[in-house]
Amino acid sequence: MAEQLFYFLIYPGLLFAAVIGAFLSWYDRKITAWVQFRKGPPLFQPFYDFFKLLLVKETILPKYGSKGVFLLAPIFAVFGAAISGVFILLPLLGIQSGFQGDLIVIFYLLTIPSLTYIIGALASGNPLAAVGGSREMKLILSYELTFLLVIVAIIQKAGLTISFSDIIAEQNLNGAFAGNISGIILFIVAIFCIQAKLALVPFDMPEAETEIASGIMIEYSGTPYALIKLTKYIMFFILPAFLIGLLWSGLNFQGINILWSILKILFVVLLLTLIRNTNPRVKIKQAVRYFVIWMNLLAIIAIVLSYFGY
Amino acid sequence: MGFKEFCFKKSLWLFHFGGASCNNCDIEILDCLTPRYDVERFGMLLVGSVRHADVLLVNGSINKRDKSRLLEIYEQASKPILVVAIGACGCTGGIFAEGDTFAGPVDKIIPVDAYIPGCPPKPEAILAGVVKLLNK
Repeated sequence: MAEQLFYFLIYPGLLFAAVIGAFLSWYDRKITAWVQFRKGPPLFQPFYDFFKLLLVKETILPKYGSKGVFLLAPIFAVFGAAISGVFILLPLLGIQSGFQGDLIVIFYLLTIPSLTYIIGALASGNPLAAVGGSREMKLILSYELTFLLVIVAIIQKAGLTISFSDIIAEQNLNGAFAGNISGIILFIVAIFCIQAKLALVPFDMPEAETEIASGIMIEYSGTPYALIKLTKYIMFFILPAFLIGLLWSGLNFQGINILWSILKILFVVLLLTLIRNTNPRVKIKQAVRYFVIWMNLLAIIAIVLSYFGY
Repeated sequence: MGFKEFCFKKSLWLFHFGGASCNNCDIEILDCLTPRYDVERFGMLLVGSVRHADVLLVNGSINKRDKSRLLEIYEQASKPILVVAIGACGCTGGIFAEGDTFAGPVDKIIPVDAYIPGCPPKPEAILAGVVKLLNK
């Protein structure tokens, strides 16, 4: 019991993932600043933001909303992100091997933060938040099928195993899945799915700041908003880590391989950041069409290619 | 300086309220976020919702219609919130001070923490005002 609590709260779970994710979030903002020829924020900026929201700011409850659900939603978001982080990072960091079928569990747990954002937004009673919530719902419906197809393709490549640690072991034995044509296609599709899951710029219409004034987050302030920030930091680390585990032979912490593992994560986050800095926000209709037609088509082509061994 | 106050001063998020402005101050405020001046190096961000804001930037002359809106925005913000009056109109009323529809400078409506005069103030002046606010 104590071991499980340690896994959940401290080492691969809440604290570790949040600290690494906060530094990655700083890295994202710094790269953004460099792309725009600016100087960028200091190293500990995500921590200042988090502690300011947690300790200093007042929490305002909506007058015409469901107050209990409004406050519970961010707590569930943090727990969903932390527990999916535990299931992803235990096999990835080589602490435990996980169980048979944990890939399916991770897939479902990763949708919990987005779902709780929708619930919290609709509970706040704000019309702009309702617009953001409906957009997030459409976005989930469009990218979930694509993400599932990517996972199906990877299960097929790994020889029909649904255990995350078996997939990593298979890649360590026979080379990374991203090493052939179908793997590269899957990597591109998965990067766009992660972009939509993190609500970064081409797909940030649920919280469009200039258009619907932060959308789903509009009524949150103080401690609940700090918890949402924490969830975003955790997701910003575990989703690139999950992608590396699925397609790029996982992380390795022996000797010089530490450097290589860190560079892998930084490279994936760099890709996400560059996509977010060089694209405009698309409409929700365009995003749905993009995923339902083009990304699904690419994923199915990758499944067929990998069936014939390319 | 305690830990709380340190974190607060290191991450001030801005919300921009434009009254009946001639848009010069609006443009100069946006200049501060551009590559040349870049207030993000002090941890400042422009946010979309006043619930997330720590600093309320008010510019332009406040007329009778703006007054109720400014009060409502101020009440909706989560405290503590700092208010900065920017430009001659925000600080004193400027050339509109004697006007028929003028409802008083910003500090008669809500408490103001810093004044940045000028018509419009240069981005350097706005940054100097912000630094003074941080050292207060």
